[in-house]
Amino acid sequence: MAFKSEELAKAYWRENIGLVLKLLAVWFLVSYGFGIILVDWLNQFTFFGFKLGFWFAQQGSIITFVILIFIYIKRMAALDNKYEVHED
Amino acid sequence: MDIQTLTFIIVGATFALYIAIAVWARAGSTNDFYVASGGVHPVMNGMATAADWMSAASFISMAGIISFAGYDGSVYLMGWTGGYVLLALCLAPYLRKFGKFTVPDFIGDRYYSQLARTIAVICAILISFTYIAGQMRGVGVVFSRFLEVEIATGVFIGAVIVFFYTVLGGMKGITYTQVAQYCVLAFAYLVPAIFISIYMTGHFLPQTGFGATIAEGVAGEGNYLLARLDGLSEELGLAAYTEGLRSKVDVFAITCALMVGTAGLPHVIVRFFTVPKVRDARRSAGWALVFISVVYLTAPSIAAFAKVNLINTINGPELTGVEYEQAPEWVKNWEKTGLITWEDKNGDGEMFYSGDERNEMTVDRDIMVLANPEIADLPAWVVALVAAGGVAAALSTSAGLLLVISTSVSHDLLKRTFAPNITDRQELMWARVAAGLAVALSTWFGINPPGFVAQVVAFAFGLAAASFFPAIILGIFYKRMNSAGAIAGMLVGIIFTLSYIIYFKFVNPAANTPDNWWFGISPEGIGTLGMVFNFIVAYVVHKATGDAPKATQDLVESIRYPKGAGGATGH
Repeated sequence: MAFKSEELAKAYWRENIGLVLKLLAVWFLVSYGFGIILVDWLNQFTFFGFKLGFWFAQQGSIITFVILIFIYIKRMAALDNKYEVHED
Repeated sequence: MDIQTLTFIIVGATFALYIAIAVWARAGSTNDFYVASGGVHPVMNGMATAADWMSAASFISMAGIISFAGYDGSVYLMGWTGGYVLLALCLAPYLRKFGKFTVPDFIGDRYYSQLARTIAVICAILISFTYIAGQMRGVGVVFSRFLEVEIATGVFIGAVIVFFYTVLGGMKGITYTQVAQYCVLAFAYLVPAIFISIYMTGHFLPQTGFGATIAEGVAGEGNYLLARLDGLSEELGLAAYTEGLRSKVDVFAITCALMVGTAGLPHVIVRFFTVPKVRDARRSAGWALVFISVVYLTAPSIAAFAKVNLINTINGPELTGVEYEQAPEWVKNWEKTGLITWEDKNGDGEMFYSGDERNEMTVDRDIMVLANPEIADLPAWVVALVAAGGVAAALSTSAGLLLVISTSVSHDLLKRTFAPNITDRQELMWARVAAGLAVALSTWFGINPPGFVAQVVAFAFGLAAASFFPAIILGIFYKRMNSAGAIAGMLVGIIFTLSYIIYFKFVNPAANTPDNWWFGISPEGIGTLGMVFNFIVAYVVHKATGDAPKATQDLVESIRYPKGAGGATGH
């Protein structure tokens, strides 16, 4: 057991899941939300010459995905340190 | 120097480079052959994963499909990048901590069942095989154009090269070669895109260029490029470029199948076993997506530029048609491969492209990226460079896939299941035999494909989504899930998805219309439904048969934090 107690192990996992769910909510919003479900409504706005919904489907969602993963890497590293379960 | 000579030189030079790296890093032991001894830096691994990932489908076919499908093509862009978020957040770190070579190893051990392992192996072979069939077609398109031969001959030449290439090296050779291949393919993708963007819109960045206004001296100058494209499409009886035709449900389902499939693809997952630490597995996924995005953010711009250029050169700036006698060189070059044809229906000697009865051209979508630099009249070395990039993309992915197929047969099926006593040497030999068989079969499918490269590849993702993804996710996040549930789920998922695809693509292709599809979901997107069935069946069967044993639940607990991750082991 890497954790000092059962409670710490549970708390670590809870924080981990919380972070993942938050990031996945954004992931869902930019792709399925802006890029597919709301695309027609967003297309009435223009963004640098693109219809906004179209831009999210072909550019914006991808850019957001990259940012999400790097936030995850950073936050998980902090979490591992906090609970002292990082690798040596 | 003409295009063909330059192509020989550039493709030849890049080849020499890959082979040199493969020989230098030649696999000595089975451990090296499979996972490069777990010693690859995250940025390098990210780059290699990107090359592994970006196949002929991404490089050659995707922009072409977007070019013809417009907004509908977004499913590939979002699907094939969004999957990396799932991979990084939900799979890679845990599978790395688990520390086995292959996905079937994980399934077999997590579900403490030889049967589960065997089913997983069969799924892995099926998925990789579907995927590689698409690649062979892609290689064939490249070779047929530049050697000026029929597409079938092109596929055959490509297959021979891919085979020798994979058998020479193993994963280690592949990892470093793939880094080189990424550089070649990204460079080859960006250079023509930048050239064309500057020419069409005056923007250096193609990503902003395709949203900008058309530059002076180009047909439609002063208008927004996408608005012009929508206008042209309407005049020619095609769907509006920025809107598309597919139903929302179908777009949703295809995007989901591609995303989830990405996270379940065995040849991508195995990449994350090759890094030394759990933390590196997360970083590898992040870097892989950075390198992939370089190409994926460029693809839609190439698609839009290519479409405008195609219409301009074939129909002329006034949309009246261009005389065949005066057709540019590229039209005639591609005619030799049979991938462009012109039929003078109204007998006026002029070519015309449209979406209605005036149309006289058939243009294979898979040629758009390769023909694009020629259409835009770029220097010959750029055209040659793109050919080299296409070969790099197809080779790197095929090699990775062949490796999964050969590993599955020699390691998972023989060593772990049927013939546990074979030596390392015999195992390696069987790996090569399996690779050979896989190449032969996929060559046949490359010559007789059931769709465009990217579509064939999409089926592989559907199968991965419907089989592996739920089993792995439940294996990590639901520790009580038992073997009976996982096995039933995988079987239902893959059989359902495979039957749906086979029915609409092979048994009854005439019925392949939205009216006949379940819930309006096309065969490309059906993996999403297969995945849902898999989850439901797994849960219900688990409830009926009880929790996984205590030892397994403890094992799952232990993969949930990074501390104590050792190197990957297979024995």
